Amino acid sequence: MNAPAQPDDSRFGLNRRITLPQALMLDGGASLDGVEVAYETYGTLNADRSNAVLVCHATSGDQFVASQHPITGKPGWWSRSVGPGKPIDTDRHFVICANVLGSCMGSTGPASLASDGAPYGLRFPVITIRDMVRAQMALLDLMGIERLHAVVGGSMGGMQALSLAAHWPGRVDRVMVIAATAAMPAQNIAFQEVGRQAIMADPHWQGGNYYGTGNAPDAGLAVARMAAHITYLSEESMHEKFGRRLQDRASKTFGFDADFQVESYLRHQGASFTGRFDANSYLYITKAMSYFDLAEDHGGRLAEVFAGTKSRYCLVSFDSDWLYPTRESRKIAHALNAAGARVSFVELSAPFGHDSFLLDVPELDRVIAGFVG
Amino acid sequence: MNGATLSTLRPDLALIAGHVRPGARVLDIGCGDGTLLSALEAERGCDARGLEIDPANVAHCVSRGLSVIQGDADTDLGYYPDKSFDYAILSQTLQTTRRPDLALAELLRIAAHGFVSFPNFAHWRVRASLAFGGRMPVTKLLPERWYDTPNIHHLTIDDFRALVKEQGWTIEGQWFLNRGRPTRPANANLWAEHAVFLLRG
Repeated sequence: MNAPAQPDDSRFGLNRRITLPQALMLDGGASLDGVEVAYETYGTLNADRSNAVLVCHATSGDQFVASQHPITGKPGWWSRSVGPGKPIDTDRHFVICANVLGSCMGSTGPASLASDGAPYGLRFPVITIRDMVRAQMALLDLMGIERLHAVVGGSMGGMQALSLAAHWPGRVDRVMVIAATAAMPAQNIAFQEVGRQAIMADPHWQGGNYYGTGNAPDAGLAVARMAAHITYLSEESMHEKFGRRLQDRASKTFGFDADFQVESYLRHQGASFTGRFDANSYLYITKAMSYFDLAEDHGGRLAEVFAGTKSRYCLVSFDSDWLYPTRESRKIAHALNAAGARVSFVELSAPFGHDSFLLDVPELDRVIAGFVG
Repeated sequence: MNGATLSTLRPDLALIAGHVRPGARVLDIGCGDGTLLSALEAERGCDARGLEIDPANVAHCVSRGLSVIQGDADTDLGYYPDKSFDYAILSQTLQTTRRPDLALAELLRIAAHGFVSFPNFAHWRVRASLAFGGRMPVTKLLPERWYDTPNIHHLTIDDFRALVKEQGWTIEGQWFLNRGRPTRPANANLWAEHAVFLLRG
């Protein structure tokens, strides 16, 4: 029996970082030594360590799920869902959110220093979604958490939740997967490739060795972000938000300035992203998503992946999400059903496209609260 | 949970819940807001799952901690493996399906036993309404008008029995209701407003 977690335990709290004691063996065959994991925890781990909820973040997300972002100063990316009295209630649950392997907010990634003291750059091994989960499982080991009450994630976070349930079946009771897929569809791989090519076509990328040169591929990363951002919205929400309205001007300029509000908005999204994200991390993380195919080792038979699972599952999709459409969630629901798992699935109506999982959708709040309990 | 008990359930649901073996695996097709599911879990210790077409109902069920999949009885039963449940329940849903015969066949494929409840279109009040009023009947059990009703395949108790016979299924139990109370089986096709059948494939 483990001793109850102490409130002054240095492993718990905001803005933590820990070095994994063992090398991480990766799907691609490489192993990584001295992996650092940056994370935050909220709430208090109970005496029998049974109230832990792991929240997995999306592509460009980070561990600052419910606390102020250190660079942008904005509230945490899911502070509407995580906190005291919120759908994932930190008064009752001990919430953990870790920056994924390969990212750039404190966890080991391509911008980290390799053993020779220089940044990895493209020497960093290509990673998978399962590798990201591996690092988080090692973090749970260090916290003495054998079994999670729940894992919750949207988009790439949902893929991590699925991977955790499939590959570490004894370690989680409830699995909540929002706006995700069990296998990256070709269209999504295509969009991600556009983003990667935009970065690599930027001369400042320099084969990935731009660290310390004073020049980063900001232009390429901004274009990648702009293209991706379009896929997170819906035609309806874009029309609603911008229409054909002009930006701070009465008439068209007959030039290539951002005449339209939507142009200006996208440029702003792209430019502000470069201030907080590393271009190589973007390459590695999107490649991990492109590789994601949970049933790959089972001849595509997803039900086999979950055979014998004891976890409960809840899948949510949004009717305006064309990036991870409802049929992707439905496929997972059917496979879990065929595996005899306790599974719920609902398509919610929300106008915001893929981003709906981060925005004001009261019905989602109720579903999360009810499922996580 | 809203604390639904067998005694506060809609009469046909109470009847079904009372005849489900405790601890059984149950699928409620068209489970609505999950009233029957939660009663089955709380009072009969069942492993109860639901299928429901309306997303608001599904969200409500999930927020109550129930396992419910959003889907359509006409198209989504095919995704359930053979005999994956002890019971499948189709309450007040048969008459809304596009192909009731196929829906019933699926019901008896995925479960060892099937409960089916439906309003009887041959009840004397319905007959009278049509015979003397000359209009499509609007009753307490069939409150919608002909143009907005989800009930696209009205049936009678005798119609149902004929289909069961034709398909070679077995009737393991049958109950009849009138104004929410059990009524005698004699001439049920005329006197019963509502029928509940327990079938085996």
